[in-house]
Amino acid sequence: MSTNKNPPSDRSGSKARKSAANDAADAPGWADGLKQLYDSVVDEPLPDSFLELLDQFDEEEPGDDGTSQGGGSASQEDHG
Amino acid sequence: MAADKPTSAQRAQFKRDLTGVVPHLRAFARGLCGHPDLADDLVQETLLKAWAAQDRFQPGTSIRAWTFVILRNAYLTEMRRNRFRGEYDETTAERLLVAPAGQEEPVHLSDLHRALQALPAERREALLLVGAGGFSYEEAAEICDCALGTIKSRVGRARATLNDMLSKGELPDYDGSEDGAHSSILEELDTVVGGNARATPSE
Repeated sequence: MSTNKNPPSDRSGSKARKSAANDAADAPGWADGLKQLYDSVVDEPLPDSFLELLDQFDEEEPGDDGTSQGGGSASQEDHG
Repeated sequence: MAADKPTSAQRAQFKRDLTGVVPHLRAFARGLCGHPDLADDLVQETLLKAWAAQDRFQPGTSIRAWTFVILRNAYLTEMRRNRFRGEYDETTAERLLVAPAGQEEPVHLSDLHRALQALPAERREALLLVGAGGFSYEEAAEICDCALGTIKSRVGRARATLNDMLSKGELPDYDGSEDGAHSSILEELDTVVGGNARATPSE
């Protein structure tokens, strides 16, 4: 079970054992950039298409009673 | 235990949870395929599938991990559907690294993005999960349905390759636009798979 095969990625020899955190510390520049890339998308406002899709899930619900929220469904946009 | 059908309250909760992970799904998907529109398509598909399968989700477990599995499967299916059969060969990524620049410059995110897209898909997803998504190796292994050692190895290799690319300052050139990026990868793949087919380097 404990066959500890180290990936041959480490030639620096600074540390014999590495945790994920240490790995990240070894790659200071882009490791943080990777999170930034990810977080930049996370922080984007959700496009309407997602909100619409999620709203469809509501309509799809088999008629539970008492779901009268918000009154009439304003499914039509008025344009002026 | 009335486990047959979620109540409306459960559905509402599930929808809230699902809504909460959409930004993460988008980030993961975009990291996976490098193409915003394609990524969002994948996420939409993921949401539909997740909603349809919600009774299989166990409350209290990570819905992010659960939906990532669905997203990943959708991505893999999409890859196969497109002529994306072969894995992106590592030699392709290496071939793109030509001249070592030998100078240390701050890493630009766009460079990092391109370097990421040049990684083989398995390593890219492993690195995304652990290095960007903040999953543990164990969680990542579960999401990718592979052994812990495999994930560690993939992450290690991905990091080594990125280090290499970024330190040499030589990155695949995808003519700027991200639209171009994806088709460039596809063309690159065709070249590799079709013309330049080599024996796999694994032994």
